[in-house]
Amino acid sequence: MRIPRWRVAIAPACALLLIATGCSSNSGSGDATTGGSVNLTVATFNEFGYTDDLFAQFTKTHPNVKITQKKVAQSADAKTNLFTKLAAGSGLSDIEAVDGDWLPQVKQSADKFVNLSSDTTKDRWPDWVVSQATTTSGELLGDATDIGPEATCYRKDLFEKAGLPTDRDGVAQLLSGDWDHYFDVGKQFVSKVPGVGWYDSAGAVFNARVQQLANPFSSTKPTETVIPLDQNTQIKDLYNSTLTASVDNKLSAGLGQWSGDWQKAFQNGAFATMQCPAWMQPIIKTNASGVTSWDIANVFPGGAGNWGGSYLTVPKQGKHTKEAQELAEWLTSPDVQVQIFLSAGNFPASKAGAADSKVLAATNEFFNNAPTGKIFSARAAAVTTQPFKGPNYFTINTVLGEAIGRVDVDKSANAADSWNKAVADAKAQVK
Amino acid sequence: MAHDARKRTLSTRMSLLDVKTAPYLYIAPFFIVWAITGLFPLLYTAYISTRKWDLLQGDLGPAGLSNFTFVLAQPGFWQALRNTFSIFLLSSVPQIITALFLAAVLDANLRAKTFWRMGVLIPYVVAPVAVSLIFTEIFSDRSGMANALLANIGVSPIGWHADTLPSHLAIATMVNYRWTGYNTLILLAAMQSISTDVIEAAVVDGAVRLKTYWYVILPLLRPTVIFVIITSTIGGLQIFDEPRMFDLTTIGGSNGNFMTVTMYLYNTGWGPQLNMGRASAVAMLLLAVILLVALFNLILSSRISSVDNPSGRHGPGRKTGVR
Repeated sequence: MRIPRWRVAIAPACALLLIATGCSSNSGSGDATTGGSVNLTVATFNEFGYTDDLFAQFTKTHPNVKITQKKVAQSADAKTNLFTKLAAGSGLSDIEAVDGDWLPQVKQSADKFVNLSSDTTKDRWPDWVVSQATTTSGELLGDATDIGPEATCYRKDLFEKAGLPTDRDGVAQLLSGDWDHYFDVGKQFVSKVPGVGWYDSAGAVFNARVQQLANPFSSTKPTETVIPLDQNTQIKDLYNSTLTASVDNKLSAGLGQWSGDWQKAFQNGAFATMQCPAWMQPIIKTNASGVTSWDIANVFPGGAGNWGGSYLTVPKQGKHTKEAQELAEWLTSPDVQVQIFLSAGNFPASKAGAADSKVLAATNEFFNNAPTGKIFSARAAAVTTQPFKGPNYFTINTVLGEAIGRVDVDKSANAADSWNKAVADAKAQVK
Repeated sequence: MAHDARKRTLSTRMSLLDVKTAPYLYIAPFFIVWAITGLFPLLYTAYISTRKWDLLQGDLGPAGLSNFTFVLAQPGFWQALRNTFSIFLLSSVPQIITALFLAAVLDANLRAKTFWRMGVLIPYVVAPVAVSLIFTEIFSDRSGMANALLANIGVSPIGWHADTLPSHLAIATMVNYRWTGYNTLILLAAMQSISTDVIEAAVVDGAVRLKTYWYVILPLLRPTVIFVIITSTIGGLQIFDEPRMFDLTTIGGSNGNFMTVTMYLYNTGWGPQLNMGRASAVAMLLLAVILLVALFNLILSSRISSVDNPSGRHGPGRKTGVR
């Protein structure tokens, strides 16, 4: 039989059409391959310290669960991914890690997340940790994994050059006090060791000081009423005093944190101290590898501070939210947090984890065997409050960080002009 | 018998249908895919640009043209547009000139031709993000190799990240590093399709090498050059990876001195504002800019193709086939 020519012609075209239009459906939801099994995905960023061995401990008691981790390099990538897929309504992992910095924005979409309040996790964390993840109506959106209590890291050899005490306790005593005191010691230091910064970056100092204010950018809480930057005298004073110390008194090495110059400066001994959250230890170790004089002192200007910290959330769009919540609770349990602290160094957010004997016994060889467990535990206990972070916190903080950078790092503007630009930028970006 | 005749008319009708419809069916897959991935997003973006649209909360009602007026009133947008054009000119112009030169060199009778030709393409294989990481190191403001080399010849350190023009130069360098080889190969292919008769005729007429290149080869390359210019215009105006990776902590420098339009768009939609309405307005404005530039290119290219007519002194007959 002769096949009409038109059929020969149309068949491949139709096949192409099918390929073009028919390749939707059942790509993401590959679940339930074996009877009754539950596949859970955990999306994290940077290094949460979650390994297959760790997950195996959970799956041992939950044999029907299979856990896959999806890791991205940076918190910003995780944020873009989370927000885009939240908007799309699908595609998120069963557990999504969230950075404390952009948690306020996630809170605006609280209805898209499972309320994680439960008896299991009651009293697990300090109040200031829980309040960050709690909505105005009292729902808990995230189980806290780790926190960033801040100590002061310093270089012994540079302290010695300046005739300052070099032992941990001596340095803790020397620096105990407010920021003005820290700046005063810095002035002494730079007069003895010219050309070396007292600290790495004005932005880091400013950020640390903002973290110590209860209401930096908003006049109310728990709902946000943004104080226009040009009327925010508290922040303007902080901005001016930080830049006077950093630039006019030459205390800052003028390095933008995370830049290539900043990373290399650890090798050149370009600065003597830095604000040091627990998670900064491996970063200093990597950047300053081969330098033997780094140490950590149990002190922080202005009392105490916390920088960073993350939470595990369970989006409602997941298929197994109950099991996901169980896993999130297990991953943030004191016992698991201690294991992670010992393997990856992330400081436990839970009260019991921070006070655990294994944590207290930990030392860090790179920092001349400093008792880092004891130091950061003490620093964590000293933290009592965190700034109220509304939806615009991140925006304003970024605008101010850029303003500081223009003066401290780029030297492209003076403090007054840069402030005026920040006021205009904030006006344009605040919602 | 009547039955047979009807069958015949059916088959004639079918083959007529074949002739008329088959071509459309063949091209249909492309246009269907294009409608899904090109046209629909374009129209939907245009729609979103007239709405108050939060990335997370979705559609919050009509906005009229307020998204556009807002974006156009932002100094940041105009700064981004300026940066984009500056980086585009600093990359495309030297890139095409270098590519023309390299193509001429590679067109000469070299030993190990393939080796040299593959050599110019190697940078193209490197991922843009990797290129950015390497060049960010080289162009570090204080500890970078570029400044160290400049110090040797007595030039004081340049703020490759801090200052406007140097940052554009640094980013343009990354773009040039990656794309020059690619454009070289396209131009080389065009050069090789020029018939040797034409060149021999020029040589017989007494033209030296440079003159042959300038008056014979270059005019014949014009359509290809226009193609290269158009593709690098579109790519250049949408530049994102290189400036984004050039400084990870800020969006295009703390002064926004190397923030491009696409970065401004990204920051509006996915940055702190999460404002998809405004981000879509930026996208539509960028589309308008690209269309304007493309129109300019079109006028330019039609003028140049009329130059191809044998009216000039060296009109070497008709040579078609260069695209």
